[in-house]
Amino acid sequence: MDVLTKIPVREQDAKKRAANFEEVCLGYNQEEAQAEAIRCINCKNAQCIKGCPVAIDIPGFIANVKEGNIEEAYQIISRSSALPAVCGRVCPQETQCEGKCIRGIKGDPVSIGKLERFVADWAREQGIKPHGAAEMKGKKVAVIGSGPAGLTCAGDLAKMGYEVTIFEALHEPGGVLVYGIPEFRLPKKAVVMEEIENVKSLGVKIETNVVVGKSVTIDQLIQEEGFEAVFIGSGAGLPKFMGIPGENSNGVFSANEYLTRSNLMKAFDGNSNTPIMHSRKVAVVGGGNVAMDAARTALRLGAEVHIVYRRSEEELPARVEEVHHAKEEGIIFDLLTNPTEILADEKGWVTGMKCIRMELGEPDASGRRRPVEIPDSEFTMELDTVIMSLGTSPNPLISSTTEGLETNKWKCIVAEEANGQTSKAGVYAGGDAVTGAATVILAMGAGKAAAKGIDEYLRG
Amino acid sequence: MYKIVKKEELTTNIYLMDVEADRTAKTCQPGQFVIVRTDSEGERIPLTICDYDREKGTVTIVFQCVGAATHMMAELKEGDAFQDFVGPLGCPSELVKEVPEELRKKKILFVAGGVGAAPVYPQVKWLHENGVDADVIVGSKTKDLLILEKEMEAVAGNLYITTDDGSYGRSGMVTQTLKDLVAEGKQYDVCIAIGPMIMMKFVCLLTKELGIPTVVSLNPIMVDGTGMCGACRVTVGGKVKFACVDGPEFDGHEVNFDEAMRRQTLYKTQEGRAMLKLQEGNTHHGGCGNC
Repeated sequence: MDVLTKIPVREQDAKKRAANFEEVCLGYNQEEAQAEAIRCINCKNAQCIKGCPVAIDIPGFIANVKEGNIEEAYQIISRSSALPAVCGRVCPQETQCEGKCIRGIKGDPVSIGKLERFVADWAREQGIKPHGAAEMKGKKVAVIGSGPAGLTCAGDLAKMGYEVTIFEALHEPGGVLVYGIPEFRLPKKAVVMEEIENVKSLGVKIETNVVVGKSVTIDQLIQEEGFEAVFIGSGAGLPKFMGIPGENSNGVFSANEYLTRSNLMKAFDGNSNTPIMHSRKVAVVGGGNVAMDAARTALRLGAEVHIVYRRSEEELPARVEEVHHAKEEGIIFDLLTNPTEILADEKGWVTGMKCIRMELGEPDASGRRRPVEIPDSEFTMELDTVIMSLGTSPNPLISSTTEGLETNKWKCIVAEEANGQTSKAGVYAGGDAVTGAATVILAMGAGKAAAKGIDEYLRG
Repeated sequence: MYKIVKKEELTTNIYLMDVEADRTAKTCQPGQFVIVRTDSEGERIPLTICDYDREKGTVTIVFQCVGAATHMMAELKEGDAFQDFVGPLGCPSELVKEVPEELRKKKILFVAGGVGAAPVYPQVKWLHENGVDADVIVGSKTKDLLILEKEMEAVAGNLYITTDDGSYGRSGMVTQTLKDLVAEGKQYDVCIAIGPMIMMKFVCLLTKELGIPTVVSLNPIMVDGTGMCGACRVTVGGKVKFACVDGPEFDGHEVNFDEAMRRQTLYKTQEGRAMLKLQEGNTHHGGCGNC
């Protein structure tokens, strides 16, 4: 065996999967997982743990996989992570744990993400649950939002013995894991709902259909409902638009709307009552993971799909794996291209999009080379649908209804990185509500830090 | 689950339901809306709140069967429950933020069209409870489709009913009644118009001419109702607003109604297909355009 090369993971054939919503990556079986685990050299000063926002004992769990002790491997992971089957699928491991792996210096890093996924899937199939609290503390904590930050914070607090209730605005728990990330990347029923059940098995209650800031305020939760601390993990939900002419035409959607219809409301499946546009030719504007998700969803619904992005491939914010999968499936990348206007017919339906070619100039504040327009390079793309995937900003519902909660100029809640403490006593926050749109695992890291902060606060 | 404690067919195809929803009943205000779902495959349906009982913890909704989703709602009986019921959403009506003493000095007119009488009712009722008598015009296609007449009469200052076909009350559109009232010497400081988009458009064109500031309540397509999807975006005064979080009430003279009406047609054919499939059930053999 070549120790420098990772065990390849099986995937659904690109042509076949471009026409279905089943999971793309099929994962390792036990034999493959054990073979991959052997590649881990169990570093004393493990760099991978430092690369993990929730600091999983990675060499510890991999050592158990090597020996075939998968249950023990699962308990090691679940000490640090409430959502291992999710993280094994959607974490950007290449820049985190795997990015730090010593094996990666001279060859492929150990496939930590795929191993984590294998362990979590195995435990789920065997019906193994994480260990709960030994005794209850008799104190109530409210968690707002059941996305990755909220679930992690709630899970950790429940393991410490707190009585936790999560308040979710939508009709289903999961946040971005349910409304944002598509089925073909993260199966809802088999993976997300099962991991949420695991969090509930720790004693966490989830109340859906509660829009904190509207149905009830944070102050009411504390003063009237007996919660002694609150964690805000409400995410970054408001979609951005470009502000170009024609953006309100029929056939222009935010990626949030398009994905929510398909993922949360199951519009991709013929049995759902929620409609989604079945387009002929789609442009997805943007280059992040959400743009890739929207593009690959539209492709599966039968459209020719173009990613329109104003910088070059190198600057694409999406994970390399996602871009690779998108290309394999037949998504067309129109790079260094920026929309200037959306064209519509007399009834208001999208017919095309005017674009201009770009080139890269000097680096801007983000360190990336600034795209500048090439004069006289305008052209028109013929289309019936445009999906705007330009990022999101935090929802002001909570900050505007909570006395004494400080926000910054981007309307993000100000919270300390180490423990999630906000400007209001007893109120903690983390995830996209604090940082603006980021990743699942960073939100989980923040939820974890806040759980520790809340525990310290409640123990006085 | 959210139990339906009362169901009443107000008229053909228009239903009233009192639904147990404690959190919503406790905090809702006139002008706000809720989103309901009948079952686990159901659409999220936004509905303006018609009334609420804080003690009993119930919220009253009124809806008209227009598509597959509302048809499924109408199938629910007393004692059944909604799968989901969330709210209140959106901003309360501007009126309820004002001091009653100030409101009493104002001449307020409501214009309701069709099922729009339902969201108008809690505002008129709130004003009445705060000692303000507002005039109300209720328009209906025909006598049989008129709803909430008695309820409205109990809380309105003057109630003017008009039917398009002249089968009851005055004859003609609500705009005609409004014109007539002004011609008769009535003066209004503010108008609140709620009804079909096309009615609100024409009321606004008229009140602009008459110099009466006008508020409308918009009901565009929505998914989440919390600001997340942007499906409900409308152009108001040249700026893009989300009806779910910035509204649903807006300055009617600034709303781009033509765009709003175009956007409402987005899923029309798909809704029609879903309706056909629902009505024809297993006997569905084409005709929907998909088969």
